[in-house]
Amino acid sequence: MSKVSSELAAKLKTSKEFNAEACYHCGTCTALCPMGYEVLPRKLFREAMLGLEEKVKARIPEIYQCLLCRMCEENCPQDVHIAENVRYLRNLINKEEMNLIK
Amino acid sequence: MPLPIAPILGILADNVKQRGSVLPISKKAATGWAKGLNLPKGGETVIYTGHMYQLIPAIDAMSKQMAMFEESPITKLFPLGRFANKIVNLSFFMSLMASKEMKVENNKILRNIASLLKKSGVELGYLYGDEMYSGALIYDEGLDEVFVPHAKKVYAKLKKNGVKKIITVDPHTTNMMRDIYPKVVPGYDIEVQSYMEVLAEKAPEALKQCNKELVIHDSCVYARYENMVDQPRELLKNAGVDVKLPELSGKSTHCCGGPIEALFPKKAHEIAGNRIEQLQEQGQNIATMCPICLVNLRKAAGGKGCQLKDISETLADAYL
Ligand code: SF4
Ligand code: SF4
Repeated sequence: MSKVSSELAAKLKTSKEFNAEACYHCGTCTALCPMGYEVLPRKLFREAMLGLEEKVKARIPEIYQCLLCRMCEENCPQDVHIAENVRYLRNLINKEEMNLIK
Repeated sequence: MPLPIAPILGILADNVKQRGSVLPISKKAATGWAKGLNLPKGGETVIYTGHMYQLIPAIDAMSKQMAMFEESPITKLFPLGRFANKIVNLSFFMSLMASKEMKVENNKILRNIASLLKKSGVELGYLYGDEMYSGALIYDEGLDEVFVPHAKKVYAKLKKNGVKKIITVDPHTTNMMRDIYPKVVPGYDIEVQSYMEVLAEKAPEALKQCNKELVIHDSCVYARYENMVDQPRELLKNAGVDVKLPELSGKSTHCCGGPIEALFPKKAHEIAGNRIEQLQEQGQNIATMCPICLVNLRKAAGGKGCQLKDISETLADAYL
């Protein structure tokens, strides 16, 4: 069982930058991703929005490996700002997991 | 063991905070390209390099070192490296190992771009030592708390010099200063255009017809973030270049892998290799328009028989 962080879920819900609610998991984004991601971004965003902190932490390497190239966004029917969402998660991890911002 | 993310990002962030750049380079390395061009200091319209072409040789030297560490136990010492780098400018020593040829080539690219702009009638200034790195890499890595104060400093320097418009030479600086700065710097009012957008508007007449085939590798950031697809094609076609496009091009262009070079060099190399194969299907003379694409694709192209050059070289050949 993954720990649920209501704080993470609430943060993403109120964030102006994070928009993944419209995602309906069609999978178009993963079809052309040069990294060959099968889970990013749809599963990652879903887990993050549910506040599944441990699951998100387990994906840290993938979160930093995303090229922010926006190939996925080009074809997303729901206009999810995938790259910006990934960048937003990096910011949260930098602050809360890696203590990089002091 | 993969490279450790936190200490590397920490070093980049510390460098920007303490020294104004992800990898501090000497003033000569940053501004030497403009020597002899007689660009006036400052002015309403300036060329803005954002140090990208100048930084690449140093970043390349550093990432070659890092790639050797990937999978090695030495990565455990990285947190120590971050601590030491705060006191001594360690990364500067790395930059001294930069390849001389790459520095010469990148300086030439900047000289060509400035000359193309002047030739097409732009009254062009340059900020020399007052020009600063845009902060693109720390922004991408989500280091917003370091990036935002830096962006404000960059804007203050522009205002101090009376700048109203900047002409950028690479996609990342273009995106930062056109789309991101207005969101984070209050009152930001600088007009930003890429040099190819300016040239395409001015539509200078080519002095020479090139009559050659050239495969274009579009930059993700120019094409998808900045909507800049047609301009490079127009400029090349007007110079008699037979433009060849890989299947994934324009808005569907495929990344060069460069953005993850600092943290995941092996993966970056793999992606560059895939892209080189796609480009080579169209021809062996390939043009890039971003210094990161150029260095990263070139590394993957070694021994594969193709030639990669910055697009400005062909433009200079035709229009200067
Ligand atoms: S393409 Fe858009 S809507 Fe479809 S799964 Fe990806 S993010 Fe969700
Ligand atoms: S932005 Fe990230 S997730 Fe989207 S296609 Fe590029 S590498 Fe894949």
